[in-house]
Amino acid sequence: MDWSAIGLSLRLATVVTVILLVIGAPIAYWLTFSRWRGKFVFESIVALPLVLPPTVLGLYVLLALGSRSPIGRAWAAWTGHGLAFTFEALVIASILYSLPFAVQPMASSFAQIDRALLEASATLGVGRLPTFFRIVAPLSIEGILAAAVLTFAHTLGEFGVVLMVGGNIAGVTRTVSISIYDDVQSLNVTAAHQTALALLAFSFAALSTVYALLRKPWAVAPVS
Amino acid sequence: MSLSVRVRKRLSPDFMLDVAFEGRPGVTIVFGESGSGKTTLLRCVAGLGRPDDGRIVVGDRVFFDGETGVDLEPARRATGFVFQHLALFPHLSAAQNIAYGLSHFSTAERSARSSAIAASFRIAHVLDRRPGELSGGERQRVGLARALVTNPSILLLDEPLSAVDAHTQSHIIADLRHWNDAHQIPILYVTHSQREVFALGERVVVLQNGRIVADGTPDQVMNAPARESVAQLAGFENLLEAVVMERRPDAGVMVLRLARTSVELETPLAEAAAGGTMRVAIRAGDIIVATERPRGLSARNVIPGTISALAREGATVRADVHVGTVPVEVHLTPTSTETLDLRPGRDIWLVIKTHSCRPVHAL
Repeated sequence: MDWSAIGLSLRLATVVTVILLVIGAPIAYWLTFSRWRGKFVFESIVALPLVLPPTVLGLYVLLALGSRSPIGRAWAAWTGHGLAFTFEALVIASILYSLPFAVQPMASSFAQIDRALLEASATLGVGRLPTFFRIVAPLSIEGILAAAVLTFAHTLGEFGVVLMVGGNIAGVTRTVSISIYDDVQSLNVTAAHQTALALLAFSFAALSTVYALLRKPWAVAPVS
Repeated sequence: MSLSVRVRKRLSPDFMLDVAFEGRPGVTIVFGESGSGKTTLLRCVAGLGRPDDGRIVVGDRVFFDGETGVDLEPARRATGFVFQHLALFPHLSAAQNIAYGLSHFSTAERSARSSAIAASFRIAHVLDRRPGELSGGERQRVGLARALVTNPSILLLDEPLSAVDAHTQSHIIADLRHWNDAHQIPILYVTHSQREVFALGERVVVLQNGRIVADGTPDQVMNAPARESVAQLAGFENLLEAVVMERRPDAGVMVLRLARTSVELETPLAEAAAGGTMRVAIRAGDIIVATERPRGLSARNVIPGTISALAREGATVRADVHVGTVPVEVHLTPTSTETLDLRPGRDIWLVIKTHSCRPVHAL
């Protein structure tokens, strides 16, 4: 079993989930509550990774992060080494790839909140940011948890984008799915099987925990 | 604390809210049917809606001014707003709901203020319950307490008591009045219920199609409407076209003839010229039915008619009576309908007191 790949995948998924909750929530909030007519353009952009082949996304991310791109050069000037084929590159690619999985569950649960609650909060003198933390977030806890689980699981299982952007460097960019692919390619089916089983067990345990937690902690009759 | 509102807002190509009025401390009822613009008006004052033009001033604070471009955010206006469906926060207890707008105070100050308002509105015993576990009346009280605990400069109520029974309503209103005796802020109370107008009101402003059509005490506006549209809103089922025949200022009455009939009606004196056309507003419940011509009555109007239809509507029987060709609606009890053996086709007499006839000007 490839423990280093499992550890790397878990680390990647955790980092990406935390970052995507932080940047996904405001995007979801804006997509839900903005009345701007042109917002469909951004909705489409956020949803793109759902329909694009991972290799296409991976190719563009690789080009954008490569040593010839402004981003790649700025990174190299700052850190002294290139961005492509590093863990950081995997994080950036995964954030883009998993963006819809974070934004859409949050946006759909924000949309179910009665707007009058937000208006009530405003008339009570509470600004938008505190209102988000005191009203929107607690009432959307299911959507936020769903976003976290989906993002985590999706990042854990990605293959194409990782291969394009990260390559296959043990301990740096060789994630679980690549390790399994590698093992199968080299006819080491037993090792592939073990890693796959570990991933399966972990995913099931994580999902069960979340779904158990999602049973409503407080029951509320609809406010008439 | 005073209130000055001038709001113009186009809501659709053929609907324009255009109102201006001054408010004093105490309750001002904004009365009108749904779609008359009342809720839009409240939302403009709270900052939840933006007028196209106008000026809204509460006390010495300018909330909105179309000319200078002042438009305070709702959070900075901090009006007390009680929503029609209350909008209590479902994940917070009653106590947390009430203390929601007090986060800038110390914990001690917060709990002191919360318990004081909870005592005023008699909800101290339900403070640790969530909104889903409260009765309708308790929710209304929590909604009011949450809005008032922040000491707002104005209270805006959007049909807040439409969901509770009349008995609970009157108790809540009494507590609200008592609270405002000490605080003296203007209260705008939106409703479409005639009963609430009488239960509450020092003053009522009647909105119709986005405009104020009447402004006065409930008695002036609802019992003696000066205009046909207000009479309709105030629940006068009969609005009969009539011509002024004779004015008798010494007796305080005048005589009108119902249009297209020879029937004469005596009504209280109103501003009208002999020969002019008016309408006479009569509540269907104010008309007495007799099967023979009554004698020795103080009522001055005794009119012959024929029943054309009878229909049971809840505890009331609605009789459609024809006076000549003019249809008149009369409300009776099922018992009197039976006792008098009333049925379609039967000739009867309608008895109406002079003061049950309200002359109103057509629109």
